[in-house]
Amino acid sequence: MSTHHLDITKERCPMTFVKAKLHLEQLEPGDTTEILLVAGEPLDNVPRTATEQGFQVLESVHVHDNIHKLIIKKPE
Amino acid sequence: MAEKNKLSIISMSGDFDKVIAVFTLASGAAAIGYEVNIFFTFWGLNSVKRVTGHSFIGSGFLARFFNFLLGGRKSLPLSRLNFGGLSPVLMTGMMRGKNVATLEELFDASKVLKVNFYACEMAMHVLGLTKADFIPEVKDVLGVASFLELSKGGQTLFI
Repeated sequence: MSTHHLDITKERCPMTFVKAKLHLEQLEPGDTTEILLVAGEPLDNVPRTATEQGFQVLESVHVHDNIHKLIIKKPE
Repeated sequence: MAEKNKLSIISMSGDFDKVIAVFTLASGAAAIGYEVNIFFTFWGLNSVKRVTGHSFIGSGFLARFFNFLLGGRKSLPLSRLNFGGLSPVLMTGMMRGKNVATLEELFDASKVLKVNFYACEMAMHVLGLTKADFIPEVKDVLGVASFLELSKGGQTLFI
């Protein structure tokens, strides 16, 4: 089990979703990842689609300004 | 198990801006878990030709001439204000400068996310092209009936 990181705060649609999807696909069962993203479209949809694809969104934290951090786990 | 969402796009235009729309929608939809099919027909076929510039490909004099004029993915004109091919270069620079994915990045993302590419049998026949003239990711050559069957139950867009 390991923790991964991804920063998509500088990305624009659709690469926010593309990079998040490719990143989540690399996780092994039990791994967690921290994803930094901005409010709006990415924050509204990355956690929703991650959940739909079988991942667990453990936490969503406001970091500063419009930056948020998601903690996502791939179930065992 | 829930049925997978599905987006099917008929890509007919060979305009740079419209092809960007095709691959933006395709990569975005694939990234959020949709099954995505793109049916390339007529000028849309330029996006998936093996040659990316202007080249005499195809069979028959007129078809080869046409294909030379049409070119491939790296010689697509902007739909308006093309300025002899200068505008797509400027537009790509503007997109890169604003951290927006370029056509090539969107195209690559679509391939990595396993978007299904199909070529239109009738348009290929008119333009004298065979499956060998396209990138290997083009899974199959289809007619209308097969495409309608593939797109059944999902959303379909014409670009």
